[in-house]
Amino acid sequence: MSTQTLSRARWVRGCILRLLLCLSAALVCALLAGLTGYILLRGLPHVTWQLLFTQSSVLRGTRGILPNLLNTLYVVLAALALVLPLGVGAAIYLTEYAASPRLVRAVEFAAETLAGIPSIIYGLAGMLLFCQLLGLGTSLLAGSLTLAVMTLPIVIRTTQESLKSVPQSYREGALGLGSGKWHMIRTVVLPPAMDGIVTGCILSAGRVVGESAALLFTAGMGMSLNRFFASWENFAHSSGATLTVALYVYAKERADFDTAFAIAALLMLFTLALNFTAKWAGRRLRRRKGERNE
Amino acid sequence: MSEPALLSVRNLELWYAPAVQALRGVNIDLPERQVTALIGPSGCGKSTFLKTLDRMCDLVPGVRVSGSVRYRGKEIYDPCVDVTWLRKQIGMVFQKPTPFPMSIYDNVAYGPRTHGVRDRPRLDAVVERSLRGAAIWDEVKDRLKKSALALSGGQQQRLCIARALAVEPDVLLMDEATSALDPISTSKIEELIAALKQRYTIVIVTHNMQQATRISDKCAFFLAGELIEFGDTTQLFSLPRDKRTEDYITGRFG
Repeated sequence: MSTQTLSRARWVRGCILRLLLCLSAALVCALLAGLTGYILLRGLPHVTWQLLFTQSSVLRGTRGILPNLLNTLYVVLAALALVLPLGVGAAIYLTEYAASPRLVRAVEFAAETLAGIPSIIYGLAGMLLFCQLLGLGTSLLAGSLTLAVMTLPIVIRTTQESLKSVPQSYREGALGLGSGKWHMIRTVVLPPAMDGIVTGCILSAGRVVGESAALLFTAGMGMSLNRFFASWENFAHSSGATLTVALYVYAKERADFDTAFAIAALLMLFTLALNFTAKWAGRRLRRRKGERNE
Repeated sequence: MSEPALLSVRNLELWYAPAVQALRGVNIDLPERQVTALIGPSGCGKSTFLKTLDRMCDLVPGVRVSGSVRYRGKEIYDPCVDVTWLRKQIGMVFQKPTPFPMSIYDNVAYGPRTHGVRDRPRLDAVVERSLRGAAIWDEVKDRLKKSALALSGGQQQRLCIARALAVEPDVLLMDEATSALDPISTSKIEELIAALKQRYTIVIVTHNMQQATRISDKCAFFLAGELIEFGDTTQLFSLPRDKRTEDYITGRFG
């Protein structure tokens, strides 16, 4: 009798536990699907040609986010152009040249710490350093510089990891044939590490697209069209809001939730696309290596 | 020594760390166009010694070398020696086959390209000559553009020998080049070594004493970082002068 009640109590406990676990899983899925669905449903109907290809005009009473789209593009391109040579160079130095393991550990630790700092702190530091000390003012250039600093740890770490995964025998083989150090790195170390470098690069682009806090103080909230390719002046001296910052401006300051949701939907799609691209590029490069392995 | 010494080593000592001495006062003269085998139990310093001959030991962090290694009369530990030049003269084949993740052609052409050969017909000629020299041309001539990683272990090792030959070295160092291979590949590489000694000076490290007797002219026995005995292979294996050599070759330890 007692054993029967015990096993029954156990059975009930098991059922409750399973139910709770199911519930939490369902809750997570529902939250995710609900949030995504809500944003897409509210945002996508307002994504129109006019929104995408004009700038907002108070006189005509129209909404357009072309300036913000372009600003995002500029900031991504400029930040990547700055961070790639710096980050990949630093990673190459750390894995291939640095003689002191203590220095390497110190830099790795610093990079990991930097990656965990809230982005608004980068914004604050960027404002003080680039906008004020270097006199760039609130500008796209200052924003790009700040984001380059922010994504530097990501690029360094991913590049370092992929360089470390290159077999030591490649390096020895090349040096044994009388190749110089840089020639060895260029010919047998970087090509097999390329997939990791490209993935890190795309991931940091995703980080840049989604960043707002670090840009509020540095790139500012300018909503008019910047012609980056037409004029260096525009890029270096005028403020410009990226999509995420524009989202904040439309929702918080203009109470224009239709536009804000349209931007949110676009941002979500961009981030999704970037993540897929990173996966696809990584797989493709690995597969090319794999084919060579066959 | 009747033959002229190509590599002449005097009082060579090497430390991996201040308390870890791997070579103790090695003196040896390696003759030209002969096969010298280095034998001895694991950890006796024979591979380390091989690596001092083309300064590959420089790659180990914290390593310290003292003494003198002269290659054709030139001190290779002189700070003004160009290490890339030295390693072009003295090629190395490693224990495990280490082809680069490129095509067979690019693997062999890697060395010449490194040293500035860009001319396509010349590269083609070097690649064919090197692959023929390493007795692998017939097996790969139809798939030069295919990945080198698709070859079998024995083929990969002969490819690595071809890659080393392509820079036209003077000396070929082989660090247990057959220990990772099957018997058939091993015998192919042994035949190859016998053919290569017409043109190159070869120094091989081997764990396999039968291999040493089959292919080498000279043999050096190392123990605990010291060179115990060096002489003609036939003499060393039939009439060892040192008791420790005799114990080792008769299988009493190692």
